[in-house]
Amino acid sequence: MAEVSLQNISKTFGDTEAVRNLTLTIRDGEFVVLLGPTGAGKTTTLRLIAGLEKPDKGRVTIGGQDMAASAPASRDVAFVFQQYSLYPHLTVYENLAFPLRSPARRLSREEIDRRVRDVARMVRIDHKLENRSTRLSGGEMQRVAIGRALVRKPSIYLMDEPLSSLDAKLRGELRLELKRIQSELGSTLLYVTHDQIEAMTMADRIGILNEGELVQLGTPREIYSNPVNLHVAARLGQPHINLIPEGLVPGGQPPRGTKTIGARTEHIEIHAGNGTANAEIDWIEHLGDQSHLHMRIGGHKLVTLANPYVPVMPGDKITLMLKNPLYFGADGQRLV
Amino acid sequence: MSNATTAHSVVEPSSTSKRIAGFIVILYAVITMVPLAWIFLTSIKSPPDSISYPPKIVFQPTLEGYCNLFTTRTRQTPEYIQSLGPPTSTCDEITRSRNMVIAGPSNYWPRFTNSMVIAFGSTFLAVFLGTLAAYGFSRFRVPLADDLLFFILSTRMMPPIAVAIPIYLMYRELGLSDTALGMILLYTAVNVSLAVWLLKGFIDEIPREYEEAAMIDGYTRLQAFRKVVLPQATTGIAATAIFCLIFAWNEYAFAVLLTSGTAQTAPPFIPTIIGEGGMDWPAVAAGTTIFLVPILVFTILLRKQLLRGITFGAVRK
Repeated sequence: MAEVSLQNISKTFGDTEAVRNLTLTIRDGEFVVLLGPTGAGKTTTLRLIAGLEKPDKGRVTIGGQDMAASAPASRDVAFVFQQYSLYPHLTVYENLAFPLRSPARRLSREEIDRRVRDVARMVRIDHKLENRSTRLSGGEMQRVAIGRALVRKPSIYLMDEPLSSLDAKLRGELRLELKRIQSELGSTLLYVTHDQIEAMTMADRIGILNEGELVQLGTPREIYSNPVNLHVAARLGQPHINLIPEGLVPGGQPPRGTKTIGARTEHIEIHAGNGTANAEIDWIEHLGDQSHLHMRIGGHKLVTLANPYVPVMPGDKITLMLKNPLYFGADGQRLV
Repeated sequence: MSNATTAHSVVEPSSTSKRIAGFIVILYAVITMVPLAWIFLTSIKSPPDSISYPPKIVFQPTLEGYCNLFTTRTRQTPEYIQSLGPPTSTCDEITRSRNMVIAGPSNYWPRFTNSMVIAFGSTFLAVFLGTLAAYGFSRFRVPLADDLLFFILSTRMMPPIAVAIPIYLMYRELGLSDTALGMILLYTAVNVSLAVWLLKGFIDEIPREYEEAAMIDGYTRLQAFRKVVLPQATTGIAATAIFCLIFAWNEYAFAVLLTSGTAQTAPPFIPTIIGEGGMDWPAVAAGTTIFLVPILVFTILLRKQLLRGITFGAVRK
């Protein structure tokens, strides 16, 4: 395990700038998640660390050593790809043993066997070791892919949306397993996703990428409650943060220059309608343990979570108040 | 399954159309196989039977054609043949019954060996070079890649024999005329364009993530190519090898022009088998029959890969 650091990295493909002036340090043993929409430069960042791409500018160091001249094989990183991850002509066992059999490593047959079986147990695939890798379910394949990374003890694990091709239930299970394995091994891990739940539940720190730039880096808590701009605020939170023009809803003390107010569920107070009613319930989505309240105020729509037993009906008049919401200026930056 | 054969099933053809299809397939198979059967039957006829008119369907089979193919014979007086001891082999016996004795082996076997060496050698070279070139075109940003690929293909745009005269003169200057090496290089040059194009298609289909994964797992690019790309390209390689082999094995025009002695292949040799009083048709047919065997065996061995190779794109995801 080692500290991995990117300094002022830029990478351009043709006309598109995939990564712009990116500086990021992943501390030893840390689980960092890069979160961003498609095309934000997440995968490119991983590939730059792995050595599959060469940066146009900037430095990549692993354990303090400059990696500029190192081939992927000598960087001591492990990579889990989003798909196509298993060698289709090999069995599960051979897939797991593949990194250990590399000419660069020269391990004894017994050592390889021991490590393959250990890892297979860890990712719970030990009952299918002799299967062809193409004869597995999606979840099993992805467990083998993760196992193939874990079978080595590299400086850093790089994972590119490893759970995105799985169904929701499996994704939930593997998310927990991955976090458990990472904390058991104390591994350094850089994980790329566009799923905010994965980011919130697994990360020690989250990096928000947008158009090749690192917009904010911090703990999940910080990113959620202290977003630096509108973009970051919109990445996290379910339901989506409500962005409303300043002055529409009473409450709060907007600083000078406020253009937009961001209001999550916890920033909105609802009172049953009386003389001061300023909004109307549009629609209620029952989720079981909670409800989504869809409201309309002055031509704007808001969504908030509510206790399902709140006695309101579509068409009811209500009073909305803001409570310490987030304020953003005309440029989208946060105002405090 | 229960409704698979109902009249209105859209997936299962009706029994009438199946019967018609079966008839057409059998008819086609018969038409294409009759010449092969005829060649084989001729090879086990005696020379008079082979040229009798109307052709004989029922006849006494004999190995005379095969004996004549592999031996040279001289005519002797019956008294001389009487004076010899008992015949040493079936061929000896057959030959003596025609008032001849075996003088020695014919050139068929050396010519056949030449064919094997040249066809398999050039196939190996063409597939080897083709695989490497196809991988390069598929994976790297080769400057002017499209133009180069077009250039490679353009070598197939005219019949190869159109350049026969320049090649003949060039080979004479270089001392490559009538050498196995010369023929291997020539067939490789013709086949390599086909190999590059076919294999590029196959290699393009293999996601590059596999090699990237292998390279991160501690392998160099060449090792990743060998361990990950090659095993997945076997279908394409097998299909390409068969096409190359069939061309090199059957090639006649260049072989006639550029080989005459030591490096002559079987195709130009077979028509030169001349018996007494005209062509020795059973021997020619025997030579052709044996000539078919290697390509048949090779194709049957790789049949599965070949079928998948021909239909590839349709069945691969």
